[in-house]
Amino acid sequence: MKREITLKINGEEYTSTVEPRTLLVHFIREHAMLTGTHIGCDTSSCGACTILIDGKSAKSCTILAIQAVGKEITTVEGLALADGPHPLQEGFKENHGLHCGFCTPGMMMRAVELLEKNPNPTEEDIRWGISGNLCRCTGYNNIVKAIKYAGAKMRGDELPSTEPEFVE
Amino acid sequence: MIQCKTSKEIGGMGHSVKRKEDDRFVHGTGKYIDDFTLPGMLFMDIIRSPYAYAKITNIDKEAAMAIDGVVAVITGKDLEQYNLHWMPTLMSDMQMVLPTDTVMHQGQEVAAVIAKSREAARDAREAIMVEYETMKPVIDPFKALDDDAPLLRPDKEGQKNNQAWHWEVGDKEATEKVFNEAEVVVKEQMHIPRIHVASIETCGCVANYNKIDNHLTMYMTTQAPHAIRTVFALVAGHVGLTEEKIRVISPDIGGGFGGKVPVFPGYVIAIAASFLIGKPVKWIEDRSDNLTNSFARDYHITAEMAGTKDGKILATRMKVLADHGYTDAAANPSKFPTGMFSIGTGSYDYPTAFMEADAIYTNKPPGGVAYRCSFRVTEAVHAIERITDRYALEIGKDPAELRMQNFIKKEQFPYKSPTGWEYDSGDYHAGLELAMKTVDYQKLREEQKELRKQGKLMGIGLSTFTEIVGAGPSKDFDILGIKMFDSAEIRVHPTGKAIARFGTKSQGQGHETTYGQIIAEELGIPSKDIIVEEGDTDTAPYGLGTYASRSTPTAGAAAAIAARKLRDKAKKIAAYLLEVSEDDLEWETGKFFVKGAPEKSKTIQEIVFASYTNHPQGMEAGFEATHYYDPPNLTFPSGAYICVVDIDPETFDIKVRRFVAIDDAGNIINPMVAQGQVHGGLTQGLAPAMYEEIIYDEEGNAINGTLMDYLVPTAVESPNWETGHTVTPSPHHPIGAKGIGESPTVGAPPAIANAIVDALKPYGVTHMDIPITPYKIFKKLKDMGVLDKPITE
Ligand code: FES
Ligand code: FES
Repeated sequence: MKREITLKINGEEYTSTVEPRTLLVHFIREHAMLTGTHIGCDTSSCGACTILIDGKSAKSCTILAIQAVGKEITTVEGLALADGPHPLQEGFKENHGLHCGFCTPGMMMRAVELLEKNPNPTEEDIRWGISGNLCRCTGYNNIVKAIKYAGAKMRGDELPSTEPEFVE
Repeated sequence: MIQCKTSKEIGGMGHSVKRKEDDRFVHGTGKYIDDFTLPGMLFMDIIRSPYAYAKITNIDKEAAMAIDGVVAVITGKDLEQYNLHWMPTLMSDMQMVLPTDTVMHQGQEVAAVIAKSREAARDAREAIMVEYETMKPVIDPFKALDDDAPLLRPDKEGQKNNQAWHWEVGDKEATEKVFNEAEVVVKEQMHIPRIHVASIETCGCVANYNKIDNHLTMYMTTQAPHAIRTVFALVAGHVGLTEEKIRVISPDIGGGFGGKVPVFPGYVIAIAASFLIGKPVKWIEDRSDNLTNSFARDYHITAEMAGTKDGKILATRMKVLADHGYTDAAANPSKFPTGMFSIGTGSYDYPTAFMEADAIYTNKPPGGVAYRCSFRVTEAVHAIERITDRYALEIGKDPAELRMQNFIKKEQFPYKSPTGWEYDSGDYHAGLELAMKTVDYQKLREEQKELRKQGKLMGIGLSTFTEIVGAGPSKDFDILGIKMFDSAEIRVHPTGKAIARFGTKSQGQGHETTYGQIIAEELGIPSKDIIVEEGDTDTAPYGLGTYASRSTPTAGAAAAIAARKLRDKAKKIAAYLLEVSEDDLEWETGKFFVKGAPEKSKTIQEIVFASYTNHPQGMEAGFEATHYYDPPNLTFPSGAYICVVDIDPETFDIKVRRFVAIDDAGNIINPMVAQGQVHGGLTQGLAPAMYEEIIYDEEGNAINGTLMDYLVPTAVESPNWETGHTVTPSPHHPIGAKGIGESPTVGAPPAIANAIVDALKPYGVTHMDIPITPYKIFKKLKDMGVLDKPITE
């Protein structure tokens, strides 16, 4: 039995008729046509679908679209600031925190909450903090670096070097 | 170490230029396959077999067809009418698109549903009734050749048992003689586990057949769009889809790693469905289907080494049993059924070796894909690096010392290996020295002694490997007869900005940035002014695609040579504009100037503009060049990796304390990107060493076929990687580069395994199969009866 729902995503309202079983991730991708949120698994394991619901990160494949009625949803498309990229977007690019980019939106959305709760995380904090998000490409070193960079930028601290470091 | 000849502004080779592709990825505007929606698009879902080996006695479509929105159910019998139920694999074996009577592995495609929505397709998938008559499957490859084993491939003419092929290389008799006479012989039986590339994006496509134009546009996750177009034309030419009517578009790809080279049945069914129904059909593979329908590795290797008591390697012998599942669906070059396994003599100087392999059919998914690996190099490197450590252990020599003693010396290059390769260049001593210095190797060994006295387990593992990449010289390398060259086309616009197109296809490697740097280096046009395009067979020049670390060795070389052709033309135009002879001109990045009068010069931008506005009469106008590069040899990157592990003596929990990777990939285009490749590859090497393996039970059920139980390492398991380079340029490559993408995946597993085995030395352990888990250690020690043995030095 289909029903019409309205979801607020990145400040805009999207109304669509959906089956009750429609997952939030499918609403975002196929009804709101915001395809920056990705799907990487069928067991809620990969985190590629991570978004923010009322500011908290969540895997949007674990939630029904109707459960998100009345909430503020933010996806990667809503991450940038009015005057340019979000510090995380800048951090990921500047520090080579992505290769194929498939995990990246989910990683960044997860990191938004991480940095909000812990504005100056250690490497260990970051590694545990993103352990629900899989990246098959980067080996995580530069994701850690990217999140540290974003943290520094958000705190207004001096930015760490983005040059790669090598043993010599 | 890594030097730059151009300014940062130009951004040529050696600069850590930030990646161009990243803006769209961090803003969520990349376009991956599942992001395509075409008008009228239908959705395909696939019904898969729950059994490993069974006869299909009936497929009842009725209940599925009754579901609202279901358009069609397609079975093997339907495809048989068009002779599309079987297709050739890239190894010239045959694979079912959909079965007409027998399923050969759990998860095999049985039928496809086409519906107006994803939900309806899924409901129909559940509603289809398939009746099976199960048979006893062949799961253990060691039993596949038993007399009572069923013949799995009666479709193959002359096939009498379950052996797919036999291969060998080297001198069997000479090797036997050395082994018979050697002072020391060591031997281990190893399994390189069946794993999956598990790129975070699965496979998928949107097939769009247009009846009016008789034209197919195929959007798909492929690492080799041109080769795939040719394969489609070969498969479907007889129904009128000839090659000029097929356009393959490979959009942004969410990781490939070799898993997106083969043609999977899903692609072909989607094409058939679109062809029959006349509408676009989308198929996106489920993760669980993805993990259980293809594989990499699965080599059982008996590795042996013969040597002297004081540590001189004399010969190696390897015997492989390769479990290929029910068909050989690997994507190796045609003449190399075991890929480059024959690189397995390693980085060491000895004259004698023999290797052989038998490929076996079983009731498992087909594959054998080259997972981030130049075709079976990973298996070979694991065997040689493990058996080298085993030899060191046997004669009581430090494994680093033994390696130093046996390395091919840098003045011996080009070096002819006993299995017939000509290694182009290398400096193995320098790499290992740097790695040892970085970790302070001697001090680690002392610490290890100390820790053992305290009953603690710590291990140090080395891997000093030689890779073989960049397939390949066309005299030896082809896929289905198509030579493995690659191509670049550079078009510079009147205002000096350019577009360059390639036959390769990035899946995260950063080609949009790095190819531009090669052209910038050669032409002096800033790399930021160069757009790089790949993946559209209608526009890109023909190439064999990106896998096996071949993009830089082949297409990267093509880019350099095409740019040099343009520089030659630029020189002629500059001479004309400056009214001097060509001999009077000298090149400096970005401009030609008159020798002795540097104020008289023309920039590349001025020259390009003139090529459209004021070119010499008789000269071809415009500024465009194409090159198809056929490499004279492969390239041979190398590496020296050291891993340090601590193992909890009670729980056997393994912690990678430190991992240092020194790679030699020749000249480096972009250090940041190269390092990123190493980081990623190392985590993908850690994965099979400690976590990943697809396990089948006796009935052929994959018991860990989801991301919940197939353990892809997270940021917590993955340590902080430390990396560095030595630079030994390839002498035959136009820019001296060798390729980097795969070395870490190849080199890391034996370094980790060697470290763990080294840690367990006090117990008398000589070998453990990867993935090495705490439980496996417990079990091994228990089976050896040494669980309670006190740890001593
Ligand atoms: S899609 Fe994998 S966790 Fe949501
Ligand atoms: S960048 Fe490819 S999965 Fe993370």
